[in-house]
Amino acid sequence: MVPTSHYLALAAILFTIGTLGVIARRNVIIMFMSVELMLNAVNLTFLAFARSFGQVDGQIFVFFVMTVAAAEAAVGLALIVMLSRRTGSVDIDRADTMKW
Amino acid sequence: MEHFVFYLFASVAVVSALVVVSQSNAVYSAMALIISFGSMAILFFQLGAHFIAAIQVIVYAGAIMVLFLFVIMLIDPESEMLTTNRLGRLWLLALPASIVLGLMLLGALAIPFAAPPATGTGAGDVATIGLSLFRDYLLPFEVTSILILVAVLGAMVLAKKAH
Repeated sequence: MVPTSHYLALAAILFTIGTLGVIARRNVIIMFMSVELMLNAVNLTFLAFARSFGQVDGQIFVFFVMTVAAAEAAVGLALIVMLSRRTGSVDIDRADTMKW
Repeated sequence: MEHFVFYLFASVAVVSALVVVSQSNAVYSAMALIISFGSMAILFFQLGAHFIAAIQVIVYAGAIMVLFLFVIMLIDPESEMLTTNRLGRLWLLALPASIVLGLMLLGALAIPFAAPPATGTGAGDVATIGLSLFRDYLLPFEVTSILILVAVLGAMVLAKKAH
């Protein structure tokens, strides 16, 4: 059986890649995709511990994380569409009206 | 055999995650993210979470990514704006990111976690999840339905063209 630490290490790597994607990219859609990547890494962590403790509660939590991620994707993409209509681009640096 | 499957799909997940983060074309990133979700689903299967793995493919790869692709197509992929990409900031982040990653890997690999039960506990099948979801977690389940309703209404209101 693959030890729990392997799954946790993989989740840590994926989480870091997602974080780098959010910070280093300017395209707001790709930033959002990196957030989904981070959520996936967290799901993997929950499932690894659910198996490690032999409980199903971790999987229930993953179920709710996925549901919330779906709702968040719908609203977030609607906001992205609005933002791109207003600023004329998907570059996040162009949305700087509130900068002083 | 299990280790081979794990390492194969773990590397597929990591490589496609790197592709997601580094492409200038958003459609390529979306495709790579779908591949990443698919390999994560196989890892979920290997963890005994059969229901969650199926939900991952259906909801994440099948619904959320389709939504992403619709929005990418809606915001005119031909134009220059979708190809703005500057990885220049990445070099500044290399040191803090590697420190944080090192700490997380240390926590993941050095702490002796409890060994999983040797025999399959059957904890991931639909019956067990259904019982747990509709008995112990009934309230969050019902609240989630309201959350989805609010999200649908919000998305519709937000995406309407201003008159």
